[in-house]
Amino acid sequence: MPDSNFEPRIVGFLCRWCSYTGADLAGTSRIHYPANLVAIRVMCSGRVDPTFVVKAFADGADGVLIAGCHPGDCHYSEGNYKAMRRYPILLKLLDQFGIERERVRLEWISASEGNRFAEVVTEMTEQIRALGPLKWPTRERTPEGVAAHG
Amino acid sequence: MAKPKVAFYWCASCGGCEEAVVDLHEKILDVVAAIEIVLWPVALDFKKHHIEAMKPKEIAVAFINGAVRLSEHEEWVKLLREKSGLVVAFGSCAHLGGIPGLANCTTREEILANKYHRSVTVDNPQKLLPQTESKVNGYSLELPALWNDVRPLDEVIEVDYYLPGCPPPVDLIVAAVTAILKGELPPQGTVLAPVKSLCESCSLNATKPEKIAIKEFKRVATSTPDPKTCFLAQGYVCMGPATRSGCGERCIKGNMPCRGCFGPTPEARDQGTKFLSSLGSMLEAKTEEEARAVADTLADPVGTFYRFSLPKSLLRRRRVKTQ
Repeated sequence: MPDSNFEPRIVGFLCRWCSYTGADLAGTSRIHYPANLVAIRVMCSGRVDPTFVVKAFADGADGVLIAGCHPGDCHYSEGNYKAMRRYPILLKLLDQFGIERERVRLEWISASEGNRFAEVVTEMTEQIRALGPLKWPTRERTPEGVAAHG
Repeated sequence: MAKPKVAFYWCASCGGCEEAVVDLHEKILDVVAAIEIVLWPVALDFKKHHIEAMKPKEIAVAFINGAVRLSEHEEWVKLLREKSGLVVAFGSCAHLGGIPGLANCTTREEILANKYHRSVTVDNPQKLLPQTESKVNGYSLELPALWNDVRPLDEVIEVDYYLPGCPPPVDLIVAAVTAILKGELPPQGTVLAPVKSLCESCSLNATKPEKIAIKEFKRVATSTPDPKTCFLAQGYVCMGPATRSGCGERCIKGNMPCRGCFGPTPEARDQGTKFLSSLGSMLEAKTEEEARAVADTLADPVGTFYRFSLPKSLLRRRRVKTQ
């Protein structure tokens, strides 16, 4: 049964040069968007090790956004290409773990795209709200995960 | 002085770790001369009550192989923990969950249904399943319970040391046993193997180019790699960059890319995602479509990246949606 009070918790890894500045612009421009994203500033989307994404899910996130500069605009020339190349394998991996594709997103958001940032967060929040909580089964959360048979 | 007492025990394992002990060959005579074996189910007959009658920590060291997935495993390892001064997780399964840990891709119900209902060689019209307790002719029969999750040993009991590998190589076993007998032990919790990645000790490392550009993933099942060139450079998934060294490159020498049995290097928390991080940047792709096309040629990332370490990974198991 869907929980009407469910507020998705989304972790956003935002590149320091483009997307974090884009998020800042959304704020200073007073654009309204859901307060469900916790922004983590990273130096580059290429710095986002897939371990960070998986750890976020394991620790209770319902969604993860990775956002960086548009291809060609990376402050470090090609960090965002690394993120782009990892992403499809990460999606395949998460799919096998039973994590829906809508829960993890890679977006290119420039420093001038405050509106785009707000749009992405709004869209993602609504999609994840519809999916419901992920509630990753940690040992602490579900001791019956090791229940006996018979 | 009395010889130190040693126990060997197996949980969910294939018996390969027992083979590794036998593989000590003549060195096993030195080991046996120095210790007293009090438990070794594969080779010698001992009963549980013999162990139960022992004093706490009476056994100097217990080498336990296999993952934990039955109530019986849990009972035994807890008993051995109580009676042993040191516990060594022996081999990939006890260390990380190992191959049996891939059962975490499915559920207990699915496993039982496949084995007892769907298997073509099983005739079971009443759809019976093994029960932990059943009555037959007035007698009560018991079976161990199968858990839904496969767990590495250190999620069930405290583990002092880890001997990695599927199975652990002889030189590491000898070094570990020698260190224990001499009392020259590293800090508790140490994995008794080198800290470098396999690539650093790999004989093919010289052929690894500065920049690897994979256009398509190849599989050893359908093509044969060149044994003299870095497997990643050829497009084969080789876990070397994210895997601990110390195995003696047995697979590499057999023209088989690293499968990751030694587990992650000490800096890496999660072997699979760490490897993904490294592998992802090797794709030859300038656009998202190109990256997707290369990724499409990669079969089974979970089974490949976590072949030996799924229960020890951050996510531990596949998520099964409950209604």
